[in-house]
Amino acid sequence: MAEERRFRSASGVPIALRRRQHSASCRELAVRGPRLQLRSLSAATSAVWLAAYGLFALSENSMVLSAAIFVTLIGLIIYLHFVKIDQESLLVIGSLGIQVTSSYASGKESTTFIEMGQVKDVVINEAIHMQKVIYYLCILLQDPEDPQGVSEVVPLFQSSKPRLDCLIEVYKSCQEILEQRKTAPQSS
Amino acid sequence: MVLKVFFPSCCSSADSGILIGRWISEQNSAVILAVVHFPFIPVQVKQYLGEVQRVTKVSVSVLGSWSNSKQEKEESLSEFLEDLGTIFCHEPWIQISKEGDSKFWSCSTLQKHSKSPQEEEIILVYYDQRKVMLSHLHPPLDTAGQRAEDASKLSAIFDTVARSQILFMTDRYDEGPIKLTHWQSDGVEASIIVELMKQASVPACVLLTFLLSLLSGICRSRMLKFWPLSFLWSKLSTCEQLGHRLQHLQVISSNKKAQNQNQLMRKANIFVSLLIDVALGILLMSWLYRKNRIGHLADTLIPVADHVAEELQDLLQWLMGAPAGLKMNRALDQVLGRFFLYHIHLWISYIHLLSPFIEMILWYVGLSACLGLTVALCILSDIIALLTFHIYCFYVYGARLYCLKIYGLSSLWRLFRGKKWNVLRQRVDSCSYDLDQLFIGTLLFTILLFLLPTTALYYLVFTLLRLLVVIVQGLIHLLVDLIDSLPLYSLILRLCRSYRLAAGVKFRVLEQQDGKPLRLLMQINPLSYGGVVQTYRLPTYSCYPKDSWASLCKKLFLGELIYPWKHKGEKQN
Repeated sequence: MAEERRFRSASGVPIALRRRQHSASCRELAVRGPRLQLRSLSAATSAVWLAAYGLFALSENSMVLSAAIFVTLIGLIIYLHFVKIDQESLLVIGSLGIQVTSSYASGKESTTFIEMGQVKDVVINEAIHMQKVIYYLCILLQDPEDPQGVSEVVPLFQSSKPRLDCLIEVYKSCQEILEQRKTAPQSS
Repeated sequence: MVLKVFFPSCCSSADSGILIGRWISEQNSAVILAVVHFPFIPVQVKQYLGEVQRVTKVSVSVLGSWSNSKQEKEESLSEFLEDLGTIFCHEPWIQISKEGDSKFWSCSTLQKHSKSPQEEEIILVYYDQRKVMLSHLHPPLDTAGQRAEDASKLSAIFDTVARSQILFMTDRYDEGPIKLTHWQSDGVEASIIVELMKQASVPACVLLTFLLSLLSGICRSRMLKFWPLSFLWSKLSTCEQLGHRLQHLQVISSNKKAQNQNQLMRKANIFVSLLIDVALGILLMSWLYRKNRIGHLADTLIPVADHVAEELQDLLQWLMGAPAGLKMNRALDQVLGRFFLYHIHLWISYIHLLSPFIEMILWYVGLSACLGLTVALCILSDIIALLTFHIYCFYVYGARLYCLKIYGLSSLWRLFRGKKWNVLRQRVDSCSYDLDQLFIGTLLFTILLFLLPTTALYYLVFTLLRLLVVIVQGLIHLLVDLIDSLPLYSLILRLCRSYRLAAGVKFRVLEQQDGKPLRLLMQINPLSYGGVVQTYRLPTYSCYPKDSWASLCKKLFLGELIYPWKHKGEKQN
């Protein structure tokens, strides 16, 4: 079953959280940011081309125009493929692990899978970012030598930066599944 | 506890039979490797599994039953399959059944010795057997080696499939008592080209080893070890590069098979790198020799050297006048200027002496570009070093003079203040000097101090020129290092067969149906290009400047000679 709710990100942009329960121990939580708007794209392109046309009028060199087209194309491709993240999702499979996926606007997906044995806990942390204090969800990884220690902190939803209300929903869903591994009989 | 069943996607359409694989009890997961079809004799199956276990050291056993009924569900078959559980007694006995073409299978377990009958959840994970078998799982780059064994549960699964290769060698055309279905059961894969290359590589390796041993014997002979020659070999970067390539050739041509993945990749990388290097070198050579470009190059070399010498002379004349409006000490200025001018005059006459032979030398030296692009670049770097040798000499003279002056000044300054450097205690102590010592010391101090700007200016100018040459040589060496250390084979493998280099796995949730087990697809998550380069980089012989910027500036200020690019074999001074 799937349900979708609307929230706001830390900078005020509207985002949507979609929750799907695939089975008793498998949940998928996806945060979708706003898509690339046509008007901002055309505004950027027209600004670059106007500047290039102005330079061409000054210098009478047609290379400026072709360079501007080239720069716009390359810039757009780089932006879509490496910068603009459309959706960030978290797939929690009890007893297997947690999978973090970022989908870019060009369709590229970058995935990391963390095994359940390495996951110590999922917590909400505070961070000071410029002049604001923002909350972020992170996965704490177990230190193999020290059972009480944390070896690494993996922050989640870094590009959409949801606010606390959205993070609490995600936190509750994750904790329900993580608790199952404590109640289930531990194998050596 | 959740039971995880790793099922190969190639067996999804197999006929009914029993499942064989490995049971990993610590993770409560079953890795299915193949399906054995009816009819079979249980004793023979157990014998076969025992043999497989002995060869592969993987504890393969019968894990459960698989029923693929194209028609309605047959009751008698299900009882028969349950009875099989008693013959093969595995705990828990997994029963998977598929009806018709349905995607949603039913999975159940039979626990005979469980204390309480609990309904455990079952997760069905499909995996591509061929890709998992061929892939090599890389541990995360920042972890140390010791945590590799227990960290990754997935590596156990990859390991199981990779080591069971012998199980996949029988296909359905074999006339054995056991009929299996796995990824190769439709016919064992083989490639004629690979087999031919394997056969051809043995004599080729032997020949290459023999030639290399001859070559290294010549190189190590006593003739080449006399002092002027050995000094020359150590200074020329071409010889270093050739030695490095010789080492690489020795690695490839050795007869021992590669023990593990790393060694295999290393050999392949060296081979591809050598091939590309030689190909680029031959391309460069053909470009140079076409239209006699190398003749033109040789013709322009002397005028360029002349031009550089003229520029240097102009520079010295400028320094001997009033450079940038500064007023120099005339006498010292003239002495230094004339000394350096005479040096340039000697250098120019030497170059002109060589000029008739330059074209021939360059022609033959250019032929060695066929040994590789890196060798050609090293030769270029050496030619630059030889042509700018006078700049190096000037730098050394200027630096030594300046260094002497600075040390003299600092020592006389201490005398001026009535102090002395205590060598025993390595500190500055006060000292009472005689009057005549003080008098002479102060005189010398004044002289050195007022001559300092002149020397400092000469030192500054020649250091800047030397740094320019060093930067150009450094860039060439960086390029050579890049070509040397780039793991091209690994990068091409990552591009074309990305499943072979795995950084991890990713799961995709397939369509679900209520009441049926959770279905997941396990795919291989390939290593990023940066990770590939970092893991499989070939080691090179040069080490980058160890001096930090602060110590470099300090050395420049004090006038100590700087050698920013040191090779690993050289002694540090």
